[in-house]
Amino acid sequence: MVQLNLPKNSRVTKGKVWPKPQGATHLQEFQIYRYDPDGESNPRTDTYYVDRDDCGPMILDALLWIKNKIDPTLTFRRSCREGICGSCAMNIDGLNTLACTKGMDDVQGVIKIYPLPHMPVIKDLVPDLTRFYAQHASIEPWLHTTSPQPGTEWRQSHEDREKLDGLYECILCACCSTSCPSYWWNGDRYLGPAALLQAYRWLIDSRDEATGERLDNLEDPFRLYRCHTIMNCANTCPKGLNPAKAIAEIKKMMVARQV
Amino acid sequence: MASSQSAAGPATNGMAYPIVDHTFDVVVVGAGGAGLRATVGCAQAGLRTACISKVFPTRSHTVAAQGGISASLGNMGPDDWRWHMYDTVKGSDWLGDQDSIEYLCRNAPAAVYELEHWGVPFSRTEEGKIYQRPFGGMTTDFGKGIAQRTCAAADRTGHAILHTLYGQAVRNATEFFIEYFAIDLIMDDEGRCRGVVALKMDDGTIHRFRSHLVILATGGYGRAYFSATSAHTCTGDGNAMVLRAGLPLQDMEFVQFHPTGIYGAGCLITEGSRGEGGYLTNSEGERFMERYAPSAKDLASRDVVSRAMTMEIRAGRGVGKNKDHIYLHLDHLDPKILHERLPGISESAKIFAGVDVTREPIPVLPTVHYNMGGIPTNFHGEVLTKKNGNPDCVVPGLMAIGEAACVSVHGANRLGSNSLIDLVVFGRAAGLRAAEIVTPGERHAELPKDSADLALSRLDGFRHATGATPTAELRMEMQKTMQNNCAVFRTGEVLEEGHKLIHKVWGGKSDVRVTDRSLIWNTDLLETLEFDNLIAQAVVTMDSALNRQESRGAHAREDFPNRDDVTWMKHTLAWLDESKAKVDIDYRPVHTYTMSNDIQYIEPKARVY
Repeated sequence: MVQLNLPKNSRVTKGKVWPKPQGATHLQEFQIYRYDPDGESNPRTDTYYVDRDDCGPMILDALLWIKNKIDPTLTFRRSCREGICGSCAMNIDGLNTLACTKGMDDVQGVIKIYPLPHMPVIKDLVPDLTRFYAQHASIEPWLHTTSPQPGTEWRQSHEDREKLDGLYECILCACCSTSCPSYWWNGDRYLGPAALLQAYRWLIDSRDEATGERLDNLEDPFRLYRCHTIMNCANTCPKGLNPAKAIAEIKKMMVARQV
Repeated sequence: MASSQSAAGPATNGMAYPIVDHTFDVVVVGAGGAGLRATVGCAQAGLRTACISKVFPTRSHTVAAQGGISASLGNMGPDDWRWHMYDTVKGSDWLGDQDSIEYLCRNAPAAVYELEHWGVPFSRTEEGKIYQRPFGGMTTDFGKGIAQRTCAAADRTGHAILHTLYGQAVRNATEFFIEYFAIDLIMDDEGRCRGVVALKMDDGTIHRFRSHLVILATGGYGRAYFSATSAHTCTGDGNAMVLRAGLPLQDMEFVQFHPTGIYGAGCLITEGSRGEGGYLTNSEGERFMERYAPSAKDLASRDVVSRAMTMEIRAGRGVGKNKDHIYLHLDHLDPKILHERLPGISESAKIFAGVDVTREPIPVLPTVHYNMGGIPTNFHGEVLTKKNGNPDCVVPGLMAIGEAACVSVHGANRLGSNSLIDLVVFGRAAGLRAAEIVTPGERHAELPKDSADLALSRLDGFRHATGATPTAELRMEMQKTMQNNCAVFRTGEVLEEGHKLIHKVWGGKSDVRVTDRSLIWNTDLLETLEFDNLIAQAVVTMDSALNRQESRGAHAREDFPNRDDVTWMKHTLAWLDESKAKVDIDYRPVHTYTMSNDIQYIEPKARVY
């Protein structure tokens, strides 16, 4: 029987336990994945204690509190802190989400934080998203038109505009794609839920005139058809979107144009 | 790509940093709305263009703009770019340059149609046109009625625009340098900008970009304050680079407080919520804006509303346990309208204030939001300085656009939705100007020998900083000082104290401690470089505010409550002299002329809403 082993350096070891803040009565324990790209050492999980009475309510507040008061070397992306830029996506309590919109109160017990799963890690909670971005670019995320452009706007009815709701709001945080087992397995060839949701956003835009070309670009056993309706994408999306449904709609369009 | 490795570099601390060289026609620093629009324009003009950004483009703070983008399309009723111009001039409290404001308002409709053609999912009217909503200070017929001029994609307009612009940049095969942190400009002896030096965050290499033109689109510096709607990344890096290049910043005392940041969290609730019918109340349940702005009421311009809220709180009519904030009501609006037009802020209110907007009011507080001040430019985006008595002296090789720039179209107070239009109109203008002044593929002169020294010495100095004060502590002191001493209302006494305190924080820089010594994704080091950028701007802001002895727009001096056009209708220019630890102040006249004969100069008058 084949025996599968993880590469030696992927084993996560137990890291440092940082001292509890002095005089704090309302403590929250965090276990956070650390990876130092400079050394030879394996990744580890460090333990931190956050003084809830001195800290905002969100997970991101806690990460910033740790960085500012305990350990300035803790590394993660963050920007808008209001759930619109998509920078602080990470795996919190087993679920991919945004640290800025996830409350500490939403997690029972110790809060465990890891980078987005199955992505190359650059440092600590910072994954390399190069491929993810390339996949998004590959669906040509812009309006294709061939008709002569009007002097004012393209007209679009209320009903047609409504079809973009639940799609255009995507913030490219990569929570969905990195939660998808099919993407974990075939991430090099399967576009993944985020890129496909974006593909559908342009396919269904009444102003777009490249439906055929867009579908041709997706007509491939891997790019589109590796979605097995596992639905992790929809469960994890911090914006409440449903990429699996968008993918199903694309598959329907594929069938519709063949009959 | 024209890149080459060289081992050159100063031997600071005995360390040499390898430098990777790049050569481009144009380098754009920043990938928000303005930076991306300029990048697309330059690329379309056939210029080899690089776009450097410290975050992936769709993470830039443009993404957080909510309510909309102003343009006199007239989709909801009669409109005219002249009315838009009048409103903008009045909003600016007559500190805006009217030639630039004319350029903005005239070009606004075409810029919005262009965005629509590129795919922005604007909300729609019954006829399928772009939906436009009322916004603060936007009127019809020179102040007579309320205009619906602000084009919206629900309350996610910035997000919709930024993602669309990113798509266009990809379509035009832009060469992006993503997660590169720009450290300093390369200036030569003649005062020409020759490029920029940046740190590649994921491997710690230094990249030297040589170009005929650098376009700074680095945004505002809201994070100089403790409570801001601005993202953590809004640290005004370009502004600070300009200060270190020995050039002035303009009108830095004008800091906009948005009336409706969520109490505590500081997250933005769009002015569009009042545009759709929301209103503010005090602890007595009174719609107090009726007293302060009898005709515009809750849709007066932002400085007016923020001051009114502050006065209500001071008079003991704030709400909540500590009577220190105000309520924003949306609970009377049709839930269907909320769902269709304000879904994003409904979600934010739930997450950050625990409020169901269909049933309860949102606790809000004036929160730092926008910097009217910045790098002085003309309406082509070219950076200006005052030299040998010429107040409009162009700095060759350097442009600035977006919130980083001070064109000045916003003067002493920006109107809501005039920022997004500023980004795309002047982003486009910069591209057009670049096409005129740069020939694609033109030969580059050799860079000055010391071209990377400033950047590398700062980088290396901070990387090995062994002082006693962690960056976070200094940053907190700066933010608290700005919040306490340079807020909605100012007095000479408070500003004088602020001047002393902020200079003390600035002096504390020599005692900074950086813990992380690595070069790969060293955010401790990056935050220190950002702090260094912020404190320079904080000092300039405080000292400019202390210097301006009048009240105009967002700068409200209780000891000088009136606008003083005789003495103070002029732009502040502030240079930072790091060696003497002081700010030098001079002035530029406000442009009291328009760009064309299609509209007359709008004479100053009392500003009443």
